[in-house]
Amino acid sequence: MGTVPMEHGLILAGVLFAMGAAGLLARRNVVFMLLSVEVMLNAAGLAFIVAGSRWGRADGQVMFLFVLTTAAAEVAVGLALILCFYKHLGTLDADAAASLRG
Amino acid sequence: MDIVFYISAAVAAAATFLVVTRLHAVHALLYLVVSLLSVAVIFYALGASYAAALEAIIYAGAIMVLFVFVIMLLRLGREATAQESQWLRARTWVGPGILAAVLAGEVVAVAVVSPGGQAAAGQAVAPVAVGASLLGPYLLGVELASMLLLAGLVGAYHLARPEAPPGPPRKGH
Repeated sequence: MGTVPMEHGLILAGVLFAMGAAGLLARRNVVFMLLSVEVMLNAAGLAFIVAGSRWGRADGQVMFLFVLTTAAAEVAVGLALILCFYKHLGTLDADAAASLRG
Repeated sequence: MDIVFYISAAVAAAATFLVVTRLHAVHALLYLVVSLLSVAVIFYALGASYAAALEAIIYAGAIMVLFVFVIMLLRLGREATAQESQWLRARTWVGPGILAAVLAGEVVAVAVVSPGGQAAAGQAVAPVAVGASLLGPYLLGVELASMLLLAGLVGAYHLARPEAPPGPPRKGH
């Protein structure tokens, strides 16, 4: 029991988070940007689980549940926004919305 | 269980890298599902079996289905059929398939080696403890999460509803 060091789990969470952040900054397609945000949220949840597993407490999994809830609500609104975006502008390029005019 | 953690970590890192580098949204989605499933296996290896089940059911299941539906809605056009036949080529799904097969092999190996799933690489936390904690000290958080989900539901409905038919402007708008 307890043979994987906590650092390795946290390193994995950091790597996943960094890849999500890089994708969010590099991609200009709004669908890919939302996918990258999902990757980042998932990495944050992984960090909570690793910490909860390290100390043997349930709090890590409880916080993961809250992260999951946030992700679900964010995806619902984000996907509805993407549909609106595509309907109004006819493209998925995030730069097309730079003028902030409806 | 150590080796399970490290193999799943490698699969998760590879799949996530492919998510942010694919050009086609459906390809990225396939890799993201594999990435989420590998994180679920990591949760199980760390002893968080309840979180592992939720990750597989809600994240890799429900949320990804939402993404698939929206991407299908966005592709309504003449080229949709051509794309459909293109997606069915082996080149599209063989990568996610191999990564998912690695995960499935891990799960089978764990089930054979330790049928009870007792040998966790972290300290196992039973679902009972999570539930007691959720409905005990974190009860306010659960209530707030339900309000957040309701707000997300109403917001998504408001954004996605069809345009109002042209007519006299309503009062107060």
